[in-house]
Amino acid sequence: MSSPAHVAHHAPQGFIRRYIFSLDHKVIGIQYYFLGLFSVFIGVSLSLLMRYHMVNPNVSVHWFEKLWPTAATGGVMTPELYLSLMTMHGTIMVFFVLTTVPQSGFGNYFLPIQIGAEDMAFPVLNMMSFWTTFLALVVMVSAFFVQGGAPLSGWTAYPPLSAAGRLTGPGEGMGQTLWIVSIAIFCGASLMGAINFIATTLDLRCKGMTLMKMPLTCWTWLVTAILGLFGFAVLLAAGVLLILDRVAGTSFFLPAGLYINDQIIANHKGGSPLLWQHLFWFFGHPEVYIAILPGMGVTSQLLSTFSRKPIFGYKAMVYAILSIGFLGFLVWGHHMFMSGMNPYSAMAFSILTMCIGVPSAIKTFNWLGTLWGGKIHFTTAMLFALGFVSLFVTGGLSGIFLGQPALDLYFHDTYFVVGHFHMIMGVAAIFGMFAGTFYWFPKMYGRMMNETLGRIHFYLTFIGVYAIFTPMHFLGIVGNPRRYADFTNVQFLGAVIPVHQFMTYAAYATASAQLIFVVNLFWSLKKGPRAEINPWHSTTLEWTVPSPPPFDNFAGVHPVVYHGPYEYSVPGAERDFIMQTDPPAVHAQA
Amino acid sequence: MLLAPVIWALTVAIVYLFVAKTWWFPPPINQHGVAYDAQFMRTLVVVGVIFFLAQVALGYVIMKFRDDGRRATYSHGNNRLETLWTSATALLFLGLVLMGTKIWAGVHFDEAPPDAIPIEVTAKQFAWNFRYTGPDGKFGHTDLKFINDAGGNPVGLDENDPVGKDDIVSASLKIPVNRPIKLILHSRDVIHNFFVRELRMKQDIVPGMEIPLHFVANQIGIYEVPCSELCGLGHFQMRTTMQVMSQADFDEWMKQQEAQK
Repeated sequence: MSSPAHVAHHAPQGFIRRYIFSLDHKVIGIQYYFLGLFSVFIGVSLSLLMRYHMVNPNVSVHWFEKLWPTAATGGVMTPELYLSLMTMHGTIMVFFVLTTVPQSGFGNYFLPIQIGAEDMAFPVLNMMSFWTTFLALVVMVSAFFVQGGAPLSGWTAYPPLSAAGRLTGPGEGMGQTLWIVSIAIFCGASLMGAINFIATTLDLRCKGMTLMKMPLTCWTWLVTAILGLFGFAVLLAAGVLLILDRVAGTSFFLPAGLYINDQIIANHKGGSPLLWQHLFWFFGHPEVYIAILPGMGVTSQLLSTFSRKPIFGYKAMVYAILSIGFLGFLVWGHHMFMSGMNPYSAMAFSILTMCIGVPSAIKTFNWLGTLWGGKIHFTTAMLFALGFVSLFVTGGLSGIFLGQPALDLYFHDTYFVVGHFHMIMGVAAIFGMFAGTFYWFPKMYGRMMNETLGRIHFYLTFIGVYAIFTPMHFLGIVGNPRRYADFTNVQFLGAVIPVHQFMTYAAYATASAQLIFVVNLFWSLKKGPRAEINPWHSTTLEWTVPSPPPFDNFAGVHPVVYHGPYEYSVPGAERDFIMQTDPPAVHAQA
Repeated sequence: MLLAPVIWALTVAIVYLFVAKTWWFPPPINQHGVAYDAQFMRTLVVVGVIFFLAQVALGYVIMKFRDDGRRATYSHGNNRLETLWTSATALLFLGLVLMGTKIWAGVHFDEAPPDAIPIEVTAKQFAWNFRYTGPDGKFGHTDLKFINDAGGNPVGLDENDPVGKDDIVSASLKIPVNRPIKLILHSRDVIHNFFVRELRMKQDIVPGMEIPLHFVANQIGIYEVPCSELCGLGHFQMRTTMQVMSQADFDEWMKQQEAQK
């Protein structure tokens, strides 16, 4: 750049350009965060309705009828309503919470600052990416309000159920079409975001910020963006093909010889239901890592910061992140062991699946190694990072059962699977978000969150999620199929009704505990005590700028990085941390 | 710091539930099921030990390395440890998968023996039909246009085909004990899944595909078959039974079915 070093850029003054159609990555990050917060409220509400229905399938609830006059006539939820709540719960949680908050929310806000950039590489693209995501959410939610209601084919939308139209069930008409359109829009938004993240990380790092000096959060955001670039491109293509099957009479996923709802389907032939599954899971498995990798990054950052120790095995961590990213594209078939695909390929997918367990194990060992010999400060942020490690171990290990096709012969499509992915992709990722919130809130809003409320919220949530999701593994062992609106038809499930009741109560309690977080968040926004520049004595670049940071992050100064991201407790150093931008002399004193 | 005892308590509770087996598998009714359970227990022991050690260790470091005024040790890691735990995990995980290959092979790579009784399974929203060849050992011709659920022809048997005259169609699965059975799985609308817990077997039923599944059941009894792939609003009601009978009872049942035609 030819411009002198001290040219500060100022925020636009109009309300709309500043807060609505903003080009500022920080505002966009906050927009994504609150979009996620709204979505998680819907998603959790849907899960509570589902948990209620599972243990009270025939109880009439007055306001159900008010909400859904046709799908809950007499106040009793119909099975199709239950399935539409389930579909929307999964979809909203996966796409609009787990994909948006850790990556597009925190990543947008902190990637540029942590690498010393003024903004993302493409600010206009960034704004478009958010508003496209917003549009996708509006279209998704609108599926509730059309005739037939929301789709009932699950977040995986397997054809023919999702492709053959209204004949296969209510919600499979307009509702399913809107679902696919929304997903396609979301794919577009995610592709824009992915390109932006990759370009920003590769091109906008400040002087001295080599790739191997980046905080691990930046590594996880980079690899997540690469996963998103390849994954969402394929899902977009699959979604377009599915729309064409539904509205244009094509047969990508519909085979000949269908007889649905007393009608011969004569106008389709030659399609393959398995093709959709391959395309979907080629996206769907990397999606798991899209949800969890940023949480791993945040956890690494926090374990190092709050145990006042360098990260154990930084290089090993980077290689682990990269190999998870690479192998993540080679294991999609483990979702399809029972699908009817060639059983020999199951062997290959299974061996690759076990391979991806190895870098995950490396990360766990390195987290324990980081804590070992540390000086641990139990802030709320740290508690959530530690909770993440515990949940990641628990949720990861149940994958060792499911990754074996032999054992999947029984566990596929049971609650064992539901327990597994909720532990790891659901709550572990959400713990990463809570950890990030408590850690970065002071920087984002210039105020501290309340630690007492934070701790209470942490313990209730930590015990609560174990209480909800551990029993699911036993339901799976009993053979309880997932996606059942009601268990009273199957005799062998009689024995597990009390387990379901326990989980429902645990879900009510855990969901209620989230109100503590909401209160803490909004109260702290208004009344929290003022935050210093670097309240946690962290080392990375965001802690060198005011809280909240100025419009162009560094007020025209170009930061120069001299140190690695996790220089804590360096012998001989004055303080127990060396900022990345501290002059080299500080280190030389050692 | 309170976190350490909380993690330990949760760990002990989870381990206890797996040892107590209050909610567990039903006993298997085939050899594959016995092998399955052995592989499950092997995996459970390996995974259980890792789970226990990892959670206890996490609690331990939380307890031991809390801030008590010391300075933290300065270390960037240890390459020898990295190599050690990487190779140990790789060996353990891959070893488990390889030990399970025989079980998978027995279900999917081995063909059904030639004397296996063929039974055609047709799944639809939200019911099952099982077709037997009858005495001639051959399935008759079927066509979608002959399907008449109300008229008692759910699989679309062609009345003009003499081969199909003796075909028997039943809404529940009846099989003789200790005889190899070969199911030929069909769906006429969406994806369903055939699952019998006691057989430790599950297979998606995909329209447009014909998927075989073979087994030998060695315990007389009635076992539930719950549909295990989301197939629409009646998914939770799509249930039938598999009745394993003595050869004599099975022959008698066959005769009755023939007589009723």
